[in-house]
Amino acid sequence: MATTDLLAFANAVASGAIRVIDLTHTLSPEFPTIVLPPEFGQCAPFRLEQISRYDAKGPAWYWNNFTVGEHTGTHFDAPIHWVSGKDLPDNAVDTIPPQKFIAPAAVLDCSAEAAENPDFILTVDFVERWEAKHGRIAPGSWVLLRTDWSKKSLKDYPGLRDDGAHTPGPSPEMVKWLVEDRDVHGFGTETIGTDAGQAHHFNPPYPAHFYMHGKGRYGLQCLTRLDQLPPKGAVIFAAPLKIKQGSGSPLRVLALVPA
Amino acid sequence: MSTPLARPKRKNPLVRTRLPLLPQGARSRTAHGLTAAAAEGRFMLQVCKDCGHVPYPPRDACPRCLSAQLAFNDIDPNGRLIAETTIRVSTDPYFRERMPWRVGTIKLDAGPVIVAHLHGDTVEGERVKLALKLDKSGSAVMLALPAQETPHMQADPHLREMTCDPQYRRVLISDGRNAVGQAMAKAFSEAGSSIVFVGIADPWKPFPNQAELSRIERVEIVPLDVTDTESVTEQAAQNGGRIDIIVNTAEHVRPGGVIERGNLNIARDEMDIRYFGMMRLAQAFGPALRFRGADGVNSAAAFVNLLSVHALMNWPAYGANSAAEAACLSAAQCMRAELRPGGVKVLNAFFGPLETEWFQAVPPPKLVPVALAKAVVAALKDGNEDIFVGDIAQDIRERLKTNPKALERELGSH
Amino acid sequence: MPRQPTARYSYDGVVACQPVTVPYVRYSPESAAWWIGRALHQLVAQSGLRSQDLDGFSLSSFTVGPDTAIGLTQHLGLSPRWLDHIPLGGASGVVALRRAARAVQAGDAALVACVGADTNHVDSFRKTLSTFSRFAQDAVYPYGSGGPNASFALITRNYMNRFGARREDFGKICVAQRDNALSVPHALIKQKLTIEAYLAARPIADPIHLFDCVMPCAGAEAFLVCREETARAQGWASVRILSTIERHNAFPDDPIQIRGGWAIDAGEFWAMAGVRPDAIDFVETYDDYPVISMLQFEDLGFCGKGEGPDFVRSHTLTNDGSFPHNTSGGQLSLGQAGAGGGYLGLVETIRQLTGAVLGSQVPNAKIGLISGFGMINYDRGLASAAAVLARSA
Repeated sequence: MATTDLLAFANAVASGAIRVIDLTHTLSPEFPTIVLPPEFGQCAPFRLEQISRYDAKGPAWYWNNFTVGEHTGTHFDAPIHWVSGKDLPDNAVDTIPPQKFIAPAAVLDCSAEAAENPDFILTVDFVERWEAKHGRIAPGSWVLLRTDWSKKSLKDYPGLRDDGAHTPGPSPEMVKWLVEDRDVHGFGTETIGTDAGQAHHFNPPYPAHFYMHGKGRYGLQCLTRLDQLPPKGAVIFAAPLKIKQGSGSPLRVLALVPA
Repeated sequence: MSTPLARPKRKNPLVRTRLPLLPQGARSRTAHGLTAAAAEGRFMLQVCKDCGHVPYPPRDACPRCLSAQLAFNDIDPNGRLIAETTIRVSTDPYFRERMPWRVGTIKLDAGPVIVAHLHGDTVEGERVKLALKLDKSGSAVMLALPAQETPHMQADPHLREMTCDPQYRRVLISDGRNAVGQAMAKAFSEAGSSIVFVGIADPWKPFPNQAELSRIERVEIVPLDVTDTESVTEQAAQNGGRIDIIVNTAEHVRPGGVIERGNLNIARDEMDIRYFGMMRLAQAFGPALRFRGADGVNSAAAFVNLLSVHALMNWPAYGANSAAEAACLSAAQCMRAELRPGGVKVLNAFFGPLETEWFQAVPPPKLVPVALAKAVVAALKDGNEDIFVGDIAQDIRERLKTNPKALERELGSH
Repeated sequence: MPRQPTARYSYDGVVACQPVTVPYVRYSPESAAWWIGRALHQLVAQSGLRSQDLDGFSLSSFTVGPDTAIGLTQHLGLSPRWLDHIPLGGASGVVALRRAARAVQAGDAALVACVGADTNHVDSFRKTLSTFSRFAQDAVYPYGSGGPNASFALITRNYMNRFGARREDFGKICVAQRDNALSVPHALIKQKLTIEAYLAARPIADPIHLFDCVMPCAGAEAFLVCREETARAQGWASVRILSTIERHNAFPDDPIQIRGGWAIDAGEFWAMAGVRPDAIDFVETYDDYPVISMLQFEDLGFCGKGEGPDFVRSHTLTNDGSFPHNTSGGQLSLGQAGAGGGYLGLVETIRQLTGAVLGSQVPNAKIGLISGFGMINYDRGLASAAAVLARSA
C-alpha cells in the first residue's frame, strides 16, 4: 500500500469521513473490578493521588501518581494471563507483535437476549444464525459480544448475587469453535470478564480464557458503545501498555467505522 | 585462653546443612524479667523493696519477708566461681550436639548463688563477672565471663553461640547511598566481616562518597532497590544463601504531621521505602536466614532494623514518619518470632535525630552516623536485641518508662 | 544448727508390713496406672485382703499425670476414707509412712496401702527433666540440660574440694552396693563391679562418671500400714516405727549443698528412737549419687561433717560387713523406678526386718534405718526424711 493511502486514511479520520468511536470506560476509582474469593490475591482498583496542582508542591504544573491492576477497567488480556497460554511464544503484552494490535471486528448483538436473561450463554447455533445474515466471520477478526451491559448503572453492572456474578458469556463449545473453525483474533465483551459470570461451573471452567489464551488469542473486557458499531466492517485499535512480562493492561480501545 | 577464631573454610556444597535446634526457651513470666535485661545488655536481678534481699532464681514472693515488691534492678555482676562441671551427656537435642558443655555455680557478691554457662577462660575458685545473654531460644541465660578481659574472648564457643559477632560473617547493607549506610559498611569491614555487600538502587543517580564506598575493604556493591520486589527477590536469589547479617539502612526522612502533610504522596514513599521495603527484605531473605541459623562459624545471625525512637512515641514534627517507623517496629517484633526457630536475632537500634540533611533544622543533641554504626556492631557482638543509641533515644526511653502520656504532650508541644 | 528435741508422740500400736516389689524393667510401654495396679494386685494377693478392704491410699508417682491419687481411686476401684498424694521423690516412702501411721493411730484409717511407682517410656526421662520444677525450667535446664547428673556433679565437686573425698571413696560405696545386689533376681544391673571399672568408667558430668548414676526404669514398690493388733490377728510379719523425721529446704543459705535436713533434727530423731547410731544393724540411704549417701552418714550422726570419706574408708559396707548399707544394692544397682526409688529403701528395710528379703539377709537384723532425700528444685535436694524401724516382737 502506498504512502498516499495512509495519508488519505489520516485525513479521513481528521475530517470525520472515518469515525472514531471510543469503546473505553473512563478509568476512575468507582469502576468495579473483578472480585475473587478472599483467599486469593485481588485485582487493584484504580486510584489517583495528586502530586501537585499549580501549588506549593509544584507551582506551574498539575500531575498525579496512579495505581491500578493490569485487569482494571477497559483492559486487554494477553495469552500469558492464563495457565493454558503460559508457555506460548510472544505471549506477554511487551512481546506480542505490534501488528496484532490492529484487527477487524465482528459484533454479535445479543442485547435483547441479555436484557431478558443475565446468564445468557452465546452458542454456536446463535453465531451460525448471525453468519446466515451477515456472512461468515473472517479469520483474524475480533469477535465482540454486544449485550448493552455497559449501559447499566455501576451498581448493577457487576451482576453480583450471593452465588457469584450473573453476566452473559460464551459456551465452551462456542469458544472452541471460534478458535478452531473461525481462527478468530480474540474475544471481547462489555462485562467484567470475557467469560460468563457463572463460568466457574463450566467444563472447562472459564472457557473463553482457557481456549482463547491457550491458542495464543487475546481478550478485551469492559468495552462500551458496541451498539454504535456495525455487525462487520469496524477496525479496532487496541494496543496495551508495554509492561515487562505483563499479563494485560488497561488501554484505549478505538473502533474506526465508515461515517 | 580462648583460641582465636579461624577463618571458616568454604562450605562443602555436597554436605547437608545442619538444621537449627534451640535450647528450651520456656520461662515463667517473672523469669522473663531477665530476658528484658538481656535484650538491652543489662545485668539485673530482683531486689526486695521491703527488706533488700536479692533472691535467685526469679520468684513471686521474697523468701525472707514474703513481700511481693520484687522489681528487677541493675546489680553488681561480680562474684566467684565456686564449683564447675563439664557436662558430657544430655537428653536435650540442642545440647547433645554441642557436648562437652561447661557450667558452674557462682556466688555473687550481691548475695545469691547462680548456676551459669562458663566462658572457657573462667577458672574454678577465681573471680568472674556475670552477664545476661539471650541464648538461641531467645530467653535469657547467665554467662560467667573472666573478671578481666582475656585475649580472643569473643572466640569462645559459648559466647559466639549467644551473640551475632560480625567477624567472618557476610553482611548486607541494604542501602549504601546514605551516610548511615556508608558508615555501616566501614564499621562492618573493620569488625572483620568477610564480605560487606552494599545495595545501591537507581545506579544512574550519582550520590556523595560513591568512590570512597567502593574503596572500603571487602565491600561489594550490588543492585538492590527495597521499593522493587523484583530487585529484592533477585538479590536474595543470587546472594541470600551467603548473607549472615542484614542491616536495613534504607531511609526516608521527611518532616510533616499527618494532617499537615496535605496529601499522600510522601506517605506512600515513606511506607514503601520503610515498611514495605522492610517486608520485601524479610520475605526475600528471611527463609534462608532462618534455615542457616546453625550453619557453622559464619551461620546466619541477625536482621538489624534502624528505627527512629519515635516509633515508640510519635513526634508530630515528623509525625507521618513516626507512624511509618511504628509500623516497622511492629513488623520487627513479628519477624523476631518468625526468625526465632532458626536462632536468628532481630536487633532493633533506636535513635533520635541524626546529623544528616533531613534533620538539619533540628537542634542538638544529634547522633552522627558513625556512632550509630559503632553501636550496632557492638550490640551484635554482645547479642543484644534492643538498643537505644544517643542522648535523645535514651532520654525518650526513660520518659516512656515513667509517664508515656507526659511524653506524648512534651513531644507534641514542639 | 541442730535444734533442741521436742516431745514427739510415739508410733505405738502402728506397724508397717506387706513389702511389695513389682520387678523393674528398663523401658515399659505401660502407663503408671498399670504399674500402680500391679503393686496393689500383689499387695492384695499376698495379704489375703480384698482391694475394697483398703480404706487408705497414699500414692507417689512422677508419670501418673494428668492424674493424681484421686483419679486412681476410680481407675482402680478403691473407695478410701483417707487419701494422700506425696510428690517428694526420694523422701516419699518415709513421708508416706509418717502420714499413714498417724492416720491409723488416730483412727482415720485402718488399712493404708502406700505405693511408689512410675513407668518409663523412651522419652519419659527427658520429658520429666524438662518440666521438673519452675526453678529447674528457669534456672537449670537451659544450662546444658545435663539433668540431675549436672546438678549433683557440682555438689560432688564442691564436697571433694572441701572435704578431700576422692573418687575411690565414692567407688567403694558403689562396689559394695553392687555386691549386695548380686543375689537380687530383678536387679537391672547384674555384673559385679570392681573399683578399677568404676574409676575407668566414662565421664557423664565431671566428676560424676557412669557408675555414679542410677538407671531410670519402670517399676513399683509398696507396703501396708495398719494397727499392730490387726497385723497379729492376720498373721502378718511386721515392723514397728521407733522414730521418724522430715525437713524440707534446710540450710537455704549454704552456697552449695553440703548437708541436708537430717542435721537439724538428728538429736530428736535418736531421742525419740531411744537408741544410738551404733545400735543400727543396717542402713538404707537414698543413693541417687554416692555423695548424698555420704552426707546422710554425716547428718544422721554416724560421723561428723566432712568425716564421710574416712567413715567409708574404715568400714565394710556389704551385708556381711561392719556397716551393711543399701542391702539390696540401692538404686545404683536395681535401677530408679521414679518415685519407686523413694520407697525402695523402706520396703527393703521391712524385708530385712521380717526375713522377706529377695536377695541376701543381713544376719540378725533387728533395727534398721531408712533415709530419704530428693527433689532437686534448683541446685539442691529440698526434701529429706528418715525413720528407724524395728522388728515387731
